[in-house]
Amino acid sequence: MQDEPTPTELIKAVADFLRNEIAPEIKGHNAFKLRVGINALDLVTRQLTLEQGGDAAEHARLRQVLGMDGALIELNRALSDKIAKGEVDLQTPGLSEHLWQTTMDKLAVDQPNYASYKRELGNK
Amino acid sequence: MIEDQLERCIASWYPGASGVTGAAKLSGGASQETWTFDIIHPGGNVGAILRRAPPGYGASPGRAAGLDAEATLMQLAHDAGLPSPRVMHVLKPEDELGTGFIMQRIEGETIARKILRDEQFAKARPILARQLGRVIAGIHGLPAGRSLRLREMTATKEIADLEREYRSFNWPRPVFELALRWLRERDPGPSKEVTLVHGDFRHGNLIIGPDGVRAVLDWELAHFGDPMEDLGWICVNSWRFGEIDKPVGGFGSREELFAGYEEAGRKVDPDRVMFWEVMGTLRWGIMCCGMMQRFRTGPDHSMERAMIGRRSSETEIDLLRLLVPRGK
Repeated sequence: MQDEPTPTELIKAVADFLRNEIAPEIKGHNAFKLRVGINALDLVTRQLTLEQGGDAAEHARLRQVLGMDGALIELNRALSDKIAKGEVDLQTPGLSEHLWQTTMDKLAVDQPNYASYKRELGNK
Repeated sequence: MIEDQLERCIASWYPGASGVTGAAKLSGGASQETWTFDIIHPGGNVGAILRRAPPGYGASPGRAAGLDAEATLMQLAHDAGLPSPRVMHVLKPEDELGTGFIMQRIEGETIARKILRDEQFAKARPILARQLGRVIAGIHGLPAGRSLRLREMTATKEIADLEREYRSFNWPRPVFELALRWLRERDPGPSKEVTLVHGDFRHGNLIIGPDGVRAVLDWELAHFGDPMEDLGWICVNSWRFGEIDKPVGGFGSREELFAGYEEAGRKVDPDRVMFWEVMGTLRWGIMCCGMMQRFRTGPDHSMERAMIGRRSSETEIDLLRLLVPRGK
């Protein structure tokens, strides 16, 4: 067992330092790159926090929609394959809810400020 | 060093030019660069842009029109009175600058967030969609001859290209599969009318001033195809930069865009435009994945490239909003 602080706490401390202390000192193209770097660290923090719960729920929905079991990536491959072949479509019970929820969970990690996501969350 | 080369080059075709100053690289990957510089002239300095593939990088990648074609198209657009820089010189081997061209530098803004938010563009925003509709119509009417050897694209070919690229990533994306299926089922077939298509008509490739559009840039993806493609591409949500209720670049409505296009004597097919908007949304999503792949395998190991991979999910939510809208 690894000791504390957790990866989330460490990354957040670094990101906050870069954001609050370093970013105001940097100008030009490097300021842009620094912002991208801070965004990347924030994304990793969100993923470490949200990934487990999101993946577990996605896995459960995939088992339900497909009626089969397997690793998350394998079930996603199977679903992709069935959509491509037309064996699963928007008439398939649970598919559109599954795609929506999975996508919302991705956006919560990737780009929670994306306007379409905020609109769909209903908080804009 | 590039200033010395530019000075030698310019002396050969610009009477009275006595030198070059302020050369700075604006952007550049391994194979293509853009430089800004001023030509020193007794009548006043002249702003110029060099767009080139440096020596040793001759061939352009798969879909690209090539720098010679870009120069020709820009000059055609300029001669037709469309907002376009004048091409001043097409590079020759003896210039020793690689392949490419030098064009007039046009002042203005290309960064979407500034165009959409800064006060100085407040008067431009309400007129832009209509203006751009007229400009796109002008592009579609350009007398671009087959001698240009541009790609000829149809919806069917574009779907196949996107599918091939997506499959090469070997990473399952059920939403992309749904979009590919949707596109295949609704493929309208070859366009009755085939015209020159700009291929990348959107923020970043348009120079905007307080008075409106000043120049159309970057003809790299120009091809012959369905003219409705350009109208669909500029409506893709990824180019609205947060202003999601203004489909045209975050500043205007489809109605204004279409009105401008039809004022110039051309017809809009709104269903076809919507088809190309879905195609464009998927295309940008796949391009984001492709940039992530190049981050992994190629020489450009930058954070920006890596992070763009995490923007492909933005196109997934936009595809769902288009194809499976949720009841309000």
